[in-house]
Amino acid sequence: MPSRYQPSALHRFRRIAANQLASALAIASTVIVVAPLVAIFAYLLFKGASSLNLAFFTQTPKPVGEPGGGMANAIVGSGILLALASAIGVPIGIGGGIYLAEFGRGTRLANFIRFTADVLNGVPSIVMGIAIYALVVLPQKHFSAFAGGVALGIMMVPTITRTTEEMLLMVPHSVREAALGLGVPNWRSVLSITLKTASPGVITGCMLAFARVAGETAPLLFTALGNEFWSTSLGEPIAALPLQIYVYAISPYNEWHRLAWAGALVLILLIVLSVALVRYVTTRGVLKGTA
Amino acid sequence: MAFNLEEVRPSRPSLPPTAEADAPAQSAIRAYLLSRGNSAVSDAAFRWLMLLSGLSIFAIIGIIAGELIAGSRLTLAKFGLHFFFGTAWDPVSGHYGALPFIYGTLVSSLIALIIAVPLSIGLAIFLTEMCPKPLRGPLSFLTELLAAIPSVVYGLWAIFVLAPILRDHVNPVLIHLLGWTGLFAKPNFGIGMLAAGVILAIMILPIISSLTREVMISVPRSQREAVLALGATRWEMIRMGVLRNARIGIVGAIILGLGRALGETMAVTMVIGNRPDIVKNLLSPAYSMASVLANEFTEAADSTYLSALVEIGLALFIITILVNALARLLVWAVTRGAPARAS
Amino acid sequence: MGVGIQVEHLNAWYGANHTLMDITLHIPANEATALIGPSGCGKSTFVRCINRMHETNPIARVTGTVRIGELDIYADVSPVEVRRRIGMVFQRPNPFPTMSIYDNVASGLRLNGFRNRRVLDEVVERSLIQAALWDEVKDDLKKKSGASLSGGQQQRLCIARALAVDPEVLLMDEPASALDPIATGAIEDLIHSLKGRFTIVIVTHNMQQAARVADMTAFFSISKGGEGERWGELVEYTTTETIFTNPADKRTEDYVTGRFG
Repeated sequence: MPSRYQPSALHRFRRIAANQLASALAIASTVIVVAPLVAIFAYLLFKGASSLNLAFFTQTPKPVGEPGGGMANAIVGSGILLALASAIGVPIGIGGGIYLAEFGRGTRLANFIRFTADVLNGVPSIVMGIAIYALVVLPQKHFSAFAGGVALGIMMVPTITRTTEEMLLMVPHSVREAALGLGVPNWRSVLSITLKTASPGVITGCMLAFARVAGETAPLLFTALGNEFWSTSLGEPIAALPLQIYVYAISPYNEWHRLAWAGALVLILLIVLSVALVRYVTTRGVLKGTA
Repeated sequence: MAFNLEEVRPSRPSLPPTAEADAPAQSAIRAYLLSRGNSAVSDAAFRWLMLLSGLSIFAIIGIIAGELIAGSRLTLAKFGLHFFFGTAWDPVSGHYGALPFIYGTLVSSLIALIIAVPLSIGLAIFLTEMCPKPLRGPLSFLTELLAAIPSVVYGLWAIFVLAPILRDHVNPVLIHLLGWTGLFAKPNFGIGMLAAGVILAIMILPIISSLTREVMISVPRSQREAVLALGATRWEMIRMGVLRNARIGIVGAIILGLGRALGETMAVTMVIGNRPDIVKNLLSPAYSMASVLANEFTEAADSTYLSALVEIGLALFIITILVNALARLLVWAVTRGAPARAS
Repeated sequence: MGVGIQVEHLNAWYGANHTLMDITLHIPANEATALIGPSGCGKSTFVRCINRMHETNPIARVTGTVRIGELDIYADVSPVEVRRRIGMVFQRPNPFPTMSIYDNVASGLRLNGFRNRRVLDEVVERSLIQAALWDEVKDDLKKKSGASLSGGQQQRLCIARALAVDPEVLLMDEPASALDPIATGAIEDLIHSLKGRFTIVIVTHNMQQAARVADMTAFFSISKGGEGERWGELVEYTTTETIFTNPADKRTEDYVTGRFG
């Protein structure tokens, strides 16, 4: 065989080997990524489910040493914080999205707002906590549920703004024209036609933002602070599920560790449920049917 | 609104389709619509309200920046830039040097990137180019879930599962094999810089991989086909047709993951060990910028202490803003030409 | 009943493009007027100037006067008020996708704040009867969404929606261009039954359609100046019969006999 053909054979072998190796590596990395996820879920389910009981949902925390107790106050506290956060974040976020999609389209200001929203999304949540501490807690001179709700609400704004914009842009132009052609006031046409047409997607965005802040701990550390006892007042420190999990996780007591796992399971279930719901809504293509 | 019922009710309940019979009701409707006036005021108000909501994004960034600068005035004036190069952090004796935290943040994020980048690119390649259709949905759902798990739950798992595994099975091997580098040495607690890096890696994986996927998908089909038509293997097609075109966007995705890692607080705080030392050994406890805020902010008794902590927050804010801005610009540069969603 | 439309010295631009050059046209009340011409001649822009939809595009600009009856729509009123007097049917059927058939027809009134249920019921029924859609949809008015209808039904639904606000003028921008021949025939029948009660202006690229439905026809054409300038202008406006049998202008004759380049 002439020698000049040999590099070619070697070359072919190397190409095939590289192809096989790359495929193997891609599959391997997929396995390595999926493994810890499955591990986390399995362990969480195992640990959490064995620690969950009715008392967890009905009782407040017991002092150290006493067995039992639950996180009823933290569950209610999280509910209050998230309601306040949504009341702040959802309208402002949707309003911002409407501005970007309906009024500012293509303007330099809108591009800048969009960019800033993306950047704001990446600001660490603990930094938000410090800012709200200085803005709300210091002037009031005490920690409060209100401060915690404001911190979480502000964190929802950029996410909701961006998803709302994207969803509104998916609404066909012909639908807007139809509304304009009827002589409907612009505000009415935006709210009752465009926003309503995009509502499945907009709700999806809100739920994603909600799920994200539902698990946030860092911005609550120096705003809502946490509370061992029942409190539903906006002016008092309030308990929250993630805060309570954190406090119990770093404590040295086995009983509290048990409660931390139970709390984590409840938190995860809430979040997974909303993410799954969101995925169901978006993949069903509620919006695609109209395009 | 006031609307006179008598005025619009047609003279007869039945509706013969003749022009004459329609006329009374129709003209009443016209009269109603003409009475509505123009909506200039409400439209303008609505427009302003929406603009205000959009501008709130600037307000939020502005307020954060303003409060952080105001809060750290004291140490900014007192220590200047030396603050970031001081290695001693001892609030009791009034020494405030932020270098240990900066070091911890940078090193733990670097470890996270070293682990997460190859894995997430591998995952993205698998999902976009190789994955059998029925597996694609569940797998991408799983990675989305990974992104939805709260930081504190990762921390919980890291304390009770990851750290023991590292201590008992991984770290001894590392000390044995790579002990000569000085990066892996006793004492081996399980918690420490490496544990923080590993949990960060798991946390930033979904972001890097989903953005990488997005960027890879946006590479036009024609690019792939051009390479395949030359008789390339699948790997060569991915390497030359996809990765080469998507590389700027992938770099953007990695930087975005870095931004997340730099600011990540709870999980890191729970496993990094919280000791403000600068040591080469990755198995020993360390501290990060976000962690020191989480741990010490509420107990900062005097104003200099508080100001020092706020200044660390300010530094973190500025770094993450810059990192995220850079990442967004890179990702945009690539996905901008992708098929538009809007019709 | 409809009113006439007086257009005087209308000019329209898209950015730097002079789309319409000095159009003067008097459209009689309660008749159907067709606008024909090659694509790009500005006939769609012309109808969009009549209800001030043209200016919804940020780069668009208009000069000249348009009177609907006695009303100068560019001087006396706001765009919203103009559009309430004028119904518009678009090239592609565009029912509101989230609304039922009933809600679609009622939308023009409801979204302007009208709440009287009984009157709405009557208006919806009459409009659907006028649009020749009532018999096909009366059983699931509130059950089916507007988007679930066939293309031709959707377009008749859009006509019903436009008729529900009791317009003085009905503008139709190539209403049958996205429809099959049978649905097109239904729309043409509908136009026949509506003229006499409304002033109808219909843009069409189909000359046979203009000949079938219109009393008057205007022929628009593209003129080219030096340095690559192009603009749309009105060539001839007369009865449909004259346009198709005995046009005065050579360009019209070339177009209607198919010799247009």
